[in-house]
Amino acid sequence: MKCFNYPLYIRSVPSQNELKFHYTVHTSLDVVEEKVSAVGKSIGDQRELYLGLLYPTEDYKVYGYVTNSKVKFVIVVDSSNTSLRDNEIRSMFRKLHNSFTDVMCNPFYNPGDPIQSKAFNGIVSGMMVQTG
Amino acid sequence: RLRVLFPLVPIFYAFLCLFILGAGDQGLFTSLYTSLAQQLPREPMEWRRTYGRAPKMIHLEANFVQFKEELLPKEGNKALLTFPFLHIYWTDCCDTETYKSSVKEDMMRWQNTLRSHSSADWVIIVVESNETKKKNKPNILPRSSIVDKIRSDFCNKQNDRCVVLSDPLKDSSRSLESWNALLLKLRTLLLMSFTKNLGRFEDDMRTLREKRTQPGWSFCEYFMVQEELAFVFEMLQQFEDALVQYDELDALFTQYVLNFGAGDTANWLGSFCAPVRNWSGLLLRRPIDMEKRDSIQRGEASLLDLRSYLFSRQCTLLIFLQRPWEVTQRALELLHNCVQELRLLEVSVIDGALDCWVFLSCLEVLHRIEGCCDPAQLAANCSHTVGLWAYATDKLKCLGELCGLVSKNGPTSEDLNRTVDLLAGLGDERPETGEFGLFLFYFFEPHFRFLHHLHMFLFLYFDFFSIGRLRSARLVGKSLAEFYMRKGDPVRAEPFMKEALKSYESEGWRLPVTHTRRQIAECQKLLGRTEDYLRTSALLAGDVNLSTEERKHFCQEILSFAGRSGNPSHKVSLCMNVFAQLTRLQFRPATASVHSGAVLQVELTLRCLMPVPVCIQQLAASIHFDVDHGGTHGRSKGATRQTNQGTIEFKPGTSSAGPNSSTTAGPTLEMDEIQDRSPSDNSLSSVGVVCKNTHLIIRRRENGSPPETPNCVSPPTVAMKEGGQMLKVQNVKLEPGNNSITFTAPPGTYTLRQLCATVGEVQFVLSPIYPSVRYEVYSQEPQLTVEPLSEPLLAGMPQLVKFTLLTGHYTVKKGDALQLSNTETMPILPSSSCTATLSIQSSEKVTSISLPPTLPYQVLEFQLEVLCIIPSGSERPANERLTNGEVRHRPHKDFRNKCYVHTMSIDCPWSIYSTLLALTFYIPFKTKHSLLSSGNRKYIQVCVQNVSDMNFTLTDMKLTEKQHSSLELQSLNTKTNQLLCSKHSVFCLWEVRWKDDLPSCLQCVFSANFCPLNQDASAFKPFHYQFQLERVTTLYSVRAEILPPPGEQHCRSGLVCGLEVCITRLTEPSEGEIAEDSKTDTDGLKNAKLMYEVADSSSNWAVCGKSSGMVLMPLKANATHKVQIEVMPLFAGHLPFPKIKVLKYLPHNAAAAIQPDPDSCVENDSLSLLDKTLDDQADTASIRSRGSIHSVGSSDQQQKGVAMPRLEPFSPGQVFNNSHSQQVLVLPTTDDHIMEVNAT
Repeated sequence: MKCFNYPLYIRSVPSQNELKFHYTVHTSLDVVEEKVSAVGKSIGDQRELYLGLLYPTEDYKVYGYVTNSKVKFVIVVDSSNTSLRDNEIRSMFRKLHNSFTDVMCNPFYNPGDPIQSKAFNGIVSGMMVQTG
Repeated sequence: RLRVLFPLVPIFYAFLCLFILGAGDQGLFTSLYTSLAQQLPREPMEWRRTYGRAPKMIHLEANFVQFKEELLPKEGNKALLTFPFLHIYWTDCCDTETYKSSVKEDMMRWQNTLRSHSSADWVIIVVESNETKKKNKPNILPRSSIVDKIRSDFCNKQNDRCVVLSDPLKDSSRSLESWNALLLKLRTLLLMSFTKNLGRFEDDMRTLREKRTQPGWSFCEYFMVQEELAFVFEMLQQFEDALVQYDELDALFTQYVLNFGAGDTANWLGSFCAPVRNWSGLLLRRPIDMEKRDSIQRGEASLLDLRSYLFSRQCTLLIFLQRPWEVTQRALELLHNCVQELRLLEVSVIDGALDCWVFLSCLEVLHRIEGCCDPAQLAANCSHTVGLWAYATDKLKCLGELCGLVSKNGPTSEDLNRTVDLLAGLGDERPETGEFGLFLFYFFEPHFRFLHHLHMFLFLYFDFFSIGRLRSARLVGKSLAEFYMRKGDPVRAEPFMKEALKSYESEGWRLPVTHTRRQIAECQKLLGRTEDYLRTSALLAGDVNLSTEERKHFCQEILSFAGRSGNPSHKVSLCMNVFAQLTRLQFRPATASVHSGAVLQVELTLRCLMPVPVCIQQLAASIHFDVDHGGTHGRSKGATRQTNQGTIEFKPGTSSAGPNSSTTAGPTLEMDEIQDRSPSDNSLSSVGVVCKNTHLIIRRRENGSPPETPNCVSPPTVAMKEGGQMLKVQNVKLEPGNNSITFTAPPGTYTLRQLCATVGEVQFVLSPIYPSVRYEVYSQEPQLTVEPLSEPLLAGMPQLVKFTLLTGHYTVKKGDALQLSNTETMPILPSSSCTATLSIQSSEKVTSISLPPTLPYQVLEFQLEVLCIIPSGSERPANERLTNGEVRHRPHKDFRNKCYVHTMSIDCPWSIYSTLLALTFYIPFKTKHSLLSSGNRKYIQVCVQNVSDMNFTLTDMKLTEKQHSSLELQSLNTKTNQLLCSKHSVFCLWEVRWKDDLPSCLQCVFSANFCPLNQDASAFKPFHYQFQLERVTTLYSVRAEILPPPGEQHCRSGLVCGLEVCITRLTEPSEGEIAEDSKTDTDGLKNAKLMYEVADSSSNWAVCGKSSGMVLMPLKANATHKVQIEVMPLFAGHLPFPKIKVLKYLPHNAAAAIQPDPDSCVENDSLSLLDKTLDDQADTASIRSRGSIHSVGSSDQQQKGVAMPRLEPFSPGQVFNNSHSQQVLVLPTTDDHIMEVNAT
C-alpha cells in the first residue's frame, strides 16, 4: 500500500475492512512526515529511505518508506504475523520501489494518476500472497 | 486543561547491601561497625569486570552482621543478596598469653567453619590502642608482636589478610592513617570477593539458562536467579546492567511465546495460559511488587502478572536512568504485545477484560510519568505520551460500545451483566489500583461516562494538534463527532466532521471521503440544513464507492424534496457536476458558424451520475452575447472553431470549476530534442528528449494537490446568472450514463456560459464552461468584386473580367440585374464566353446583367469581356510627357505606369448606392522615334517594342505629318504585315521629302493596326503614336580628309600626316538663327562661332599640336572653313578617321539668351543610333587623359557655375558628318624592328 499524500495505489487483503486501512494509512502519514522532517534536519541527502516501524497498533504494524522524490510507501501488516521481521519488510519496500520506478518510466503513465499497471499489481499481489 | 490527577505516591526504595559477617570480639565489633559502615562507601573503587565489560567506579556499602554459622550459605543456594562476601575477625588481644590460650583457638575454629563452607574471603583485624599497650606493658615484648604471630599462624601466604588498626577511637594522625588503610583494605577485599562471587554466580546462571531445553526447567526459577543479579546491579547503582537482565528475561519469555505460536510448547508455559481473572492493570508505584514476585516464585503467575511485574521493574530502572519517554514507548509496545501474546497462547479472557487492563495500564504509565516529570517537560514531550492517550481513549471507546453505554437506549441487562463481570476483575480490594478502578467504575455510571469520554477525546485532539499530527487529530475529531452524534448533539459534531472531510478531500482519499460525507449527511439531516443536506446527498448519490442501495436512497432524498410543492420562487441550486457531467459538446455544423437562415445545433453529452433515471423539467443553457463580434461580419473570427472541429471533449476533472481548474492541470511538458554528436566526425552518437521544465512539474507533485478523483471535490455552489439568454429544452429524462441533448441556437455570436437543470425545487447549475465555447449565427451583406481573369489587363484588346457576387443575406430574385454604366472608351462586349444563365442587355448608356435567382449565402461568378480602346493621337495618356526634338525624346522607363484606369459604376439591386470599381489597363507597346540624316536628306525611324507576353501582328504602319501638306513621307518599309513577338521590337523607316523648305518642326503621327497573332483581320485594333521633331534642317556639313606625308602615297604609322577638316554651311540662315547667334556681331557680316574638336577615342591616332579650335563661320550658304591639323597614326591598317566634333560656341554675354535644356548634354544615351557610337567614343578616357580637350560634359558643367563662354552641341540633324565611319589605309613603317606577337 502506498501513497503520496493522495493515494496512487491502495490494495488490501482481505478487502472487507478496507475503510479502516484507509484511515490507518492516512493517519500514518503524520508519522512519515514527522520522521522525514526529523531526518532531513540531521543529514542532508544521505537519507535512509526506509523509515522503519511508523507506529504499532494492537492489531497492525505500520511500516513506512519514502523515496527521494517524496513518494511514500506504507505497508500495514497484521501484528500476529511474526514471520515478518525488519529485513523482510525492508526488502518488500525495495521491491515496491523498483516496481514503482518501472511504472514511472512508462511513458504512457501520467505522473500523479492512480497506478493501474499490471506488473505493479502483480508484484504487490505476489508479496501479499507470500506474507499470507 | 483537565487531566485526571492522582495523588503522588512517594517512591519507596529498599537499598540492598553486601553482607559482611563479623566474628571475634563482639564488643569491639559493635563499637566500630557504625563508623565503618558509614565510611566504607565514601571512596569509590574501580571495579574491573569480566568478559571485557568496561570498568566502573562504584561505591561499596556493607552490612555488618555478627557471625553465626547458620548465616553461611548452604550448598546450592543461589542467593546473591544475602551472601556474606567477607568475614572479619576482630581482636584487640595484645598479650601473647591470652592469644595463645583463647584467641588463637577461637580463630582456628572460625577458620575451619569458613573453610568447610569453602569461603576464602576473610580478614583479621587487630585493634591496637595505647591504653591496652600501656596496661600490659610489663608483659609484652614488642619484638614479636601479636600481629606477627597471627600472621605466621593463619596467613601463611597472604600477609594482607591481617590488618592492624591503631587507636581507632583516638583522633590522631596515626589512627586516621590506619583507619584509611583499613578501609582501603576492606574495600579491596570486598570488591575482590564480590567480583569473584558474582562471576561464579553469572556462570551458574548461564549454566542454568543453557538447560532451558531440558524437561524440568522452569522459567520462574530461572527468573528468580537472574533477577537476583539484577538486584545486585541495582544495588550497585548499575541500573543499566540491571535493566539488561530484565530485558534478557523479557526477550527470553517473548521467544518462548513465539515458539509456542510456532508449535514448540514448553511445559512450564502452561501456568501462563491460565484464564485471566484479574485485569487491574500495571502497578508502577512500588519499586518491587512483592506480591507478584511471590506468585512468580511460586509459579502461579499469569501472563499478565509476569508481564506487569517485568514492566514495573523495567519502568523503575528506566526512571532511575532518567529515560521516562522510553517508558511510554515500551509501555505501548508491551500493551500491544500482551494482547497479541494472550491471543497467541489462546488464553481465555472475558470480553472487555483486556480493554480494561490496557486502559488502566495506560493511565498508570501516564500517571507514573507525570509523577516524575514537571509539567513543562511533559508538555514538551507530548508526542511520547500521545500514543498512550490514544490507546486509552480507543479502549475506553471499545468498552463503552461493549457495555452498551453509547447506545441510545442505554445498556441492556446483558450489558449490565458484562459490566459487573468486568468490575469484578478490577481487583479493587487493593488500594493502589483503587483510583483507576474507581475511575473505570464511574465510567460505567451513566452520568460520568460522557464527561470522561469527552475529556479523553478532547485531550487527545489537542495533543495531536500540538505535535503537528493533524491527520491523527482529525481522526480523533471525527471520533469525537461520532460520539456527539450518539449523544444526539449534531451541532457540535458537524464542525469536526467537516474538518476531517476537508482533510480527506484535499488529499484525495476516496473511501474516507465517502464515509465521512455520509456521516455528515446524517448530521445535516438532523440539523435540518436542507440545502447542505441536498448538496451532500447529491454528492453521495453519484458516489461510486457507495452501494447502489445507498446511492438510490440519497437520490430519492433529492427527488422527494424536489417533488414537494413549496415556495416556487425559492429554488435550491446545487452544483451540476455532482449530478451530471458535461463530457462533450458538439456543434452541427462543425464550424459552429452558420448564416442566419440555416440551423445551428448544439449537442451536449451529459453523463448522469445518478443511480436512477431522473426527469428534468427543464434544461437550460445560458448564452452570452458577444458584443465585440457584433454578430454580423464575423465569418473568419471564432478562434476556437478552427481548433476543435466543432467537438469539445471535457475531461471529467476539468469541466468542474471553470477556469480555475486549468491550474490544477499543471504546466505542460516542454520537451526538447537533444542530439549528442561525437566531436571527431560529427556523427550522431545519441539522441534524446529532455524536459525543460522539470522543476515546475516535479515541484507541483511535492506540493501535492491530488488529481481530482470524482468524489474528492466539494464543488462550490454556483448561482445561475440571471437575465441572460437561454437555450431551453423541456422535460428531459436523464438516464444513468451518457445522455445527449440538442439545442438550437438563435442568431448572433454567443458564448456558452452555464447549464442549469431543474428538477422541481432543485436546480443543478453548472459553473461557466471552460474552455469557452463560442458559436456564431451570422448575417452578411452582399458583396460584389470584379477582378481581371488574368493579370495584367491589356488595353486595346478584349479582356475577360471576373465578377464574383457573394449574395450574403440577400436573396437574388428573378429579374434582379446589375446595371453597369457604360463608358465610350471601355465598352462591354457581348461575348459567348459569358455564363449561359446571364442575359446581358446593352443600351447606349447602360449594360444590364440580369442575374439568375440565387439563395442567400451563395457565390455567383461570371465573366465579362471588356475592351479598353486606346485613345487616338489627340488624346495622350495622362502621364506621357512631350519633349522637344527627336533626340530628346525621353523614354518612359516606368512603362508599367503607362496605363489607363477605368472606373465602372454598378448599380446593385440590394443597395441604393452605386458600387464603384476600378480596372487598370496597360498598353502593350512601347514606341520610340528618331531622326536620321544623310547630307540634306532626312529620315524618320519609329521603333515599336512589344512589352506584353503576347505575340502580335502589326499592319498598316503609317506615318503622317499633320501641319505641312507639302511634305511627303515616303515609306521605306517593305512589309505591310509585321510579326511582333513578345519582348521584341519592330523598326519602321520613312524618308522625308519636301518641296520648298524643310520646316524646322515636324508634327508626326505614327499609326498602325495590331491584333493578336493568328486572329482574323476583323480583330485589328488601331494604335497611335504621336511625336514632334524640331531643328530638322542640316546646317553644316563636315568633311575630313587625311593627307599622307609629303612624298608618300599612303600614310605610315608613326609618321605625322595632315588632317584637313572642311566645315561648310549648307543653308541660308533662318530668321531665328540670326536673332539667336549674331547679336554681338559688330561688322555687318553675320558670323557664327563654331568650335571644332578632333578626338580619337580608340587610340588609333595621336593629335599633334592643336586638337581643337574656334572658327568664325559666316552665316550664308556654302561658306566654307578649312582647318589643318596634324595627326599621327599609331597603328597600321585601315584606321577609322578620328572623330571630329562641331559645337556651338556661345560667348559669355550670350549665355542668358538661351537657356539650354539641361538634359541636352547629359542625356547622350538617347542620341540617334548612327551618331551614338561616335559620341560614345568621345567619352572614353584615352582622349581625356591627354589633356588636349575638355570633355563636353565637364566644360558645360563649369560654364553653368560661372558666367563663362560655353559650348552647346548642335542637334544631331543639324550637323552632317561626311567622313563619318570613313577609313584610311595606314602602312606599317618600313623599318619596324619590333614585332609584337600575341599568341593566346
